Amino acid sequence: MRHLLSGADLDADTATLILDTAAEMATVAGREVKKLPALRGRTVVNLFYEDSTRTRISFEAAAKRLSADVINFSAKGSSVSKGESLKDTALTLQAMGADAVVVRHPAAGAPHRLATWVDGSVINAGDGTHEHPTQALLDAYTMRSRLGRIAGLHVAVVGDVLHSRVARSNVLLLGTLGAKVTLVGPPTLIPVDIGTALAPGTEVSYDLDAVLPTADVVMMLRVQWERMADSYFPSAREYARRYGLDGPRMRRLPDHAIVMHPGPMNRGMEITPEVADSPRSTIVEQVTNGVSVRMAVLYLLLGGMT
Amino acid sequence: MAHPQAAQPQPASPPSVKVILTGAELARVVDRIAHQILEKTQGATNTVLFGIPTRGVPLARRLAARIGAFEGIKVPVGVLDITLYRDDLRRNAVRAIGPTEVPGDGIDGRRVILVDDVLFSGRTVRAALDALKDLGRPSSVQLAVLVDRGHRELPIRADYVGKNIPTALSESVRVTLSETDGCDEVRLLGGRVGA
Amino acid sequence: MTESYLIRGARVVGGEPADLLLRDGVVAEVGRGLTAAGARVVDADGLVALPGLVDLHTHLREPGREDAETVETGSRAAALGGYTAVCAMANTSPVADTAGVVEQVWRLGREAGLVDVQPIGAVTVGLAGEQLAELGAMATSAARVRIFSDDGNCVADPRLMRRALEYVKAFDGIIAQHAEEPRLTVGAQMHEGEVATRLGLTGWPAVAEEAIIARDVLLAGHVDSRLHVCHVSTAGSVEVLRHAKARGIRVTAEVTPHHLFLTDERAESYDPVFKVNPPLRTAADVAALRQALVDGIIDVVATDHAPHALEDKECEWAYARPGMLGLETALSVLLEVVGERWDLIAERMSRAPARIAGLTEHGRDPAPGVPANLTLVDPAARRTVDPGELASRSRNTPYAGMTLPGRVVATFLRGEPTVLDGKAVK
Repeated sequence: MRHLLSGADLDADTATLILDTAAEMATVAGREVKKLPALRGRTVVNLFYEDSTRTRISFEAAAKRLSADVINFSAKGSSVSKGESLKDTALTLQAMGADAVVVRHPAAGAPHRLATWVDGSVINAGDGTHEHPTQALLDAYTMRSRLGRIAGLHVAVVGDVLHSRVARSNVLLLGTLGAKVTLVGPPTLIPVDIGTALAPGTEVSYDLDAVLPTADVVMMLRVQWERMADSYFPSAREYARRYGLDGPRMRRLPDHAIVMHPGPMNRGMEITPEVADSPRSTIVEQVTNGVSVRMAVLYLLLGGMT
Repeated sequence: MAHPQAAQPQPASPPSVKVILTGAELARVVDRIAHQILEKTQGATNTVLFGIPTRGVPLARRLAARIGAFEGIKVPVGVLDITLYRDDLRRNAVRAIGPTEVPGDGIDGRRVILVDDVLFSGRTVRAALDALKDLGRPSSVQLAVLVDRGHRELPIRADYVGKNIPTALSESVRVTLSETDGCDEVRLLGGRVGA
Repeated sequence: MTESYLIRGARVVGGEPADLLLRDGVVAEVGRGLTAAGARVVDADGLVALPGLVDLHTHLREPGREDAETVETGSRAAALGGYTAVCAMANTSPVADTAGVVEQVWRLGREAGLVDVQPIGAVTVGLAGEQLAELGAMATSAARVRIFSDDGNCVADPRLMRRALEYVKAFDGIIAQHAEEPRLTVGAQMHEGEVATRLGLTGWPAVAEEAIIARDVLLAGHVDSRLHVCHVSTAGSVEVLRHAKARGIRVTAEVTPHHLFLTDERAESYDPVFKVNPPLRTAADVAALRQALVDGIIDVVATDHAPHALEDKECEWAYARPGMLGLETALSVLLEVVGERWDLIAERMSRAPARIAGLTEHGRDPAPGVPANLTLVDPAARRTVDPGELASRSRNTPYAGMTLPGRVVATFLRGEPTVLDGKAVK
């Protein structure tokens, strides 16, 4: 495996190897010296065509803890904003000898295109409304560390599935690891044929209250306010009332169930502060786990995982 | 030190096999190293044993157990996975990472004794020294190995050696332990017959 | 006095071998064992003679994007594909919405002299969909425009569409509609369905095409005018057309080779060479389109030949321009799809499009006295498509690396060869 472009690139063994490796990487965070020499002399380029400080610094921290040299190449203030094509940028990175390119891009499939133009590893850090595989890995890691397993879990993914790269990657990876996924949201925000497009057995519900009592995990997706203008739903108030997670709804969950959110949150829209700050919430852990998982991905890809 | 051996090409014809240490002999060798540690460290106080996976870990536990049996003291045992400190990431396929376990009181100011099965090129020990450095600052570091087969590529020497075995580069030393392999034995696997 | 050509042993529209004598721009004689002193002999043993192909839907890009294609390079590509006439779409820069621009394109076509280039006029000024272009002036210009289309854009305003359909009746014009309800395709990148969901690309729903066709056939029936539907791509559109034709509405329809052959799964590579508008659809749509072509619900195969410069395709899918090359591969794709059904091929690729476009010199089977616009095809040949070998100035063929049946050996325009031995004459 040279690139990580999609959750579909990961079979169960590979995904488990990444999660196991991430667990070892996590121990480094507790040490005085939070650094390992494994990628010394390697160059990791963060190529970000969208502002995403949290994802970028997570990858940056991961690469630096493995002693890689990190180059941040952001669309702002670079030749990218002067209209240089993705291909020309790829050739530049190639000439600089990038061993890995971490790419965030507003266009679905841009990392796939990039992968055809560079020799190094390409890691998809979010492409348009397509995928975000390392987010799915860190979510799986978080579920496993909180609940002890992934196979057999019932995971409800709630909200704007249509525009969510997090949802797509999670459906793929959770399917591979044996969890059951129910996608919940208004019909306007559930993409066509989603039940068969990604993983067999994926279910769809328009009724959050009906799903909660059997959910082990509730993953709330960010809903952007702009969606109202496109008539996906009538108002923020109605959305919150039908699909937001508040205290009373949270209490419908089984006692062991956890609440996840990839961030950044719209408090009061898809999630209330009471829920976000409750002990069930894994939101801060997800950020911590993100660094460990990305360390594992970088180490395994650059180490030539077969 | 098992890794460099594993990387060696397999001989084309069936290798010759020679038993270097039987189970009983191996136990006596461990006892001797335990005594030497007690002697050289004046009672193994303020000392931590660190096993290097895979077979250094059970060896470290055995040494601690024997020291406990001889002197009635408890020597803490840690595990030091050196995978991420290896210098051959570019050349060899990635390995699964194992856990590193540091005993409760840490290593700062303590005497650390690294324990491994075979000492060969010295690269594993170098990686272990690098790994140790990131865990803290021991007062001193020593090295105990079951077998020293020679062919050092780095200026590294063991403080405690169970058995010195002169070998050819084409040969390999195979250590099996009951904890990991079901039986205690050290064998010398020959290169090509007649080589 | 031009040279005469004696074509020996060609199977006219797949029939028995015969000799064809081309002289003074027409087919002078058809028969066996013909002799003609001074005529150049073309050995056509095993070849099939078809009336020269006619493309109702070609983008030649001139004026404006001569880096992607010119009238001359597009004409050469057409001749190599077996075409003797192409209808050049109006979405150039400037838009072909005045007599001046259509005459320029028409004149460039004459100068290139490889195929008859028949300009299509824009329906609305600047393709903006707001105000009718001077349709009458284009009709009475030297280019004698009969087909009007805003292709690339849909004439979405129903009142404007109604007026356009009515207005062109005065000069036997026809409106060729790019059927796409724009409010249903905002940001659309590919067919709305399972693959789009998987790829995270915004869907282009079939209903956006079908709703416009349904509206337009009713409008055409209401004002008793002629409607032509460009690049039909869905099974639902076929059903709407079947219904309209059964009711006697004067509607014709075209399908592209790529919609008969490729499906939306091609997008999985994210290679924009497969991005086209309307998008590649599902296997079920492809099957329905093939059946409709055989049944005559779809009248014409038109290429929608859409050359694009490299930088407009070697990029992210969403930023790439939609469109594919088609002229040099259309006949091969059709042979692959329908087999050697020569009469069907002649009807859908030559006679019917010539009738719709009013090109009376084209679309006529080789027979004594008929203008000598014809092409010779080797049905036994197979070729692997190499983008680098295409005559088009662009390289965006979706068939790169595929091996397809059939090869155009020669093409004649009014008795003059434009292609001989598979190579362009000029």
